[in-house]
Amino acid sequence: MFEIIGMSPQVLFGQLLLGLINGSFYALLSLGLAIIFGLLNIINFVHGALYMLGAFVALLGLQWLGINYWASLIIAPLLIALLGILMERFLLRKLYREDHLYSLLLTFGLALILEGSFIHWFGISGQAYPVPDALRGGYNLGFMYLPTYRGWIVLASLLVCFGCWYLIERTRLGSLLRAGTENPELLKAFGVNVPLIVTLTYGVGVALAAFAGVLAAPVYQVSPVMGSNLLIVVFAVVVIGGMGSILGSILTGLGMGLVEGLTKVFYPEASTTVIFLVMILVLLTRPAGLFGKEA
Amino acid sequence: MNNLTQTLPYSDGRSLRWILIGKLLLCAAALVAPFVIYPIFLMKILCFSLFACSFNLLLGYGGLLSFGHAAFLATGGYMTGYIVTEYSLTPEIGILLGTLAAGMLGLVFGALAIRRQGIYFAMITLALAQMVFFIYLQAPFTGGEDGLQGIPRGYLLGFIDLSNNLNLYYFVLVVFVFGYIVIKRTVHSPYGHVLRAIRDNEARAVSLGYNVNQYKLLAFVLSASLAGLAGATKTIVFQLASLTDAHWHMSGEVVLMTLLGGMGTLAGPVLGATIVVSLQNYLVTTPLGSWLSVILGLIFVICVLVFRDGIVGQIQNTVKKHLR
Repeated sequence: MFEIIGMSPQVLFGQLLLGLINGSFYALLSLGLAIIFGLLNIINFVHGALYMLGAFVALLGLQWLGINYWASLIIAPLLIALLGILMERFLLRKLYREDHLYSLLLTFGLALILEGSFIHWFGISGQAYPVPDALRGGYNLGFMYLPTYRGWIVLASLLVCFGCWYLIERTRLGSLLRAGTENPELLKAFGVNVPLIVTLTYGVGVALAAFAGVLAAPVYQVSPVMGSNLLIVVFAVVVIGGMGSILGSILTGLGMGLVEGLTKVFYPEASTTVIFLVMILVLLTRPAGLFGKEA
Repeated sequence: MNNLTQTLPYSDGRSLRWILIGKLLLCAAALVAPFVIYPIFLMKILCFSLFACSFNLLLGYGGLLSFGHAAFLATGGYMTGYIVTEYSLTPEIGILLGTLAAGMLGLVFGALAIRRQGIYFAMITLALAQMVFFIYLQAPFTGGEDGLQGIPRGYLLGFIDLSNNLNLYYFVLVVFVFGYIVIKRTVHSPYGHVLRAIRDNEARAVSLGYNVNQYKLLAFVLSASLAGLAGATKTIVFQLASLTDAHWHMSGEVVLMTLLGGMGTLAGPVLGATIVVSLQNYLVTTPLGSWLSVILGLIFVICVLVFRDGIVGQIQNTVKKHLR
């Protein structure tokens, strides 16, 4: 089979693995966007900047305080969640009565501020973050070589994604969240503290971004602009999947990563644009997105 | 059809006379300005004002937030730059073709984006513009990271030398005034009124029998063409077409200009563009230069939180209050 397409399995599976890794980040980020969108009805433009911030927390924590990777994996999401909660309480909350476009513009402004500050302090070029000792090396699977850290990225993001899915679809807390998405006014009438749920949801959503940032630190260069370019692709992923379902955004994220990986094998020139092309195709045939409900 | 006087609260004869005097003063100032201020700087302001006005036509009057307008600015610029350089055509033909190219791209973008509403519309336009950015990064005719440099300004209509800054300034002024008048006429036309009706209550406009999508698409194409016109003119002025114009930062900047000046007002985007461009030009020379993006972000946040009507909108509100 590999003789027919004229390439070694190593190249094919190597690119597919890279695609799966990208897909893991798409899934984590679009999941966060979808959770936030569901309850707050806003597109969180600052998501990419918070992903970048997560990576920087890990990097600076290591350089300045000697905090290791595993601790960062917990600390960074908590710190960013705290930051997110403050932003929601003191900024976003003021805009819920206005057109949702204003919240988008607010988060865009916040993204400019965060990204601009970090470019000022650290410059535009990236810094390397060492792979933790326990995850060095790799396995020879026979048809390809699997670096341990890359396998860990896929595993960790799948675990977190499906953990979120379980939390939202199968637990009592999740049912409150879904009720809030469906009809916040009615939920308030039942005596539930909806504003608190909204705040916590935003916190969890951005914590996912920070978690992705720490995961990304050892494979990508940690740089102030790492978030914004990724975020625009994630927006396209969100449009493709539609934000109707949690599972939908996870699957779309992973799938689009694979599509990107495959494109790199067969027509590398189009690898940066293929997700946007898929978005165009989806808009033409299923405007609400693959998993979306007609608005 | 007396739409203009209907929409203005200060429509008695005396006020109108003052408005006329104000306009004449503004015209005189525009004509004298290049003798006082550096002409290239003025032309930059005019180009970005036109860009912001075109964006405002879509957001302020159509309620459609496009986060991909940089694509049209860049398309106008690249097309004009390429044609003028490769085929040695006169600048006005180059600009015309650049505008057309941006309009065609607008037709494609618009047809795709109006399939969704609200924030999806913003995300789709942003994603499409990013795709255009990557295409321009790789395409052979854009010069990649370097862009197109040394584009000749040429002779307008074959005999007016545009390498003279003063000649060029008056040409850019004419282009800007043309674009501004097109927008003004559109806004006050029956079409413009339907567009605003769609912005305020789309379901109602549909129930009244308007083909809403057609109206939105036309607004998008018109806005894209004028953004292309701004980009094309800018290319002739700076003799340069680069990826900066296609970057999403540019799409954000035009939103900021419009928001700061006052969206849904005719003069707002001009004022907003003037302030943002002046601020950029001033800050680059100071140690604060590397904070530019942070400062723009702060202005964004402040505008959205406490200043949603923008400067011109705020002034209009005050005037209306005092006249009642």
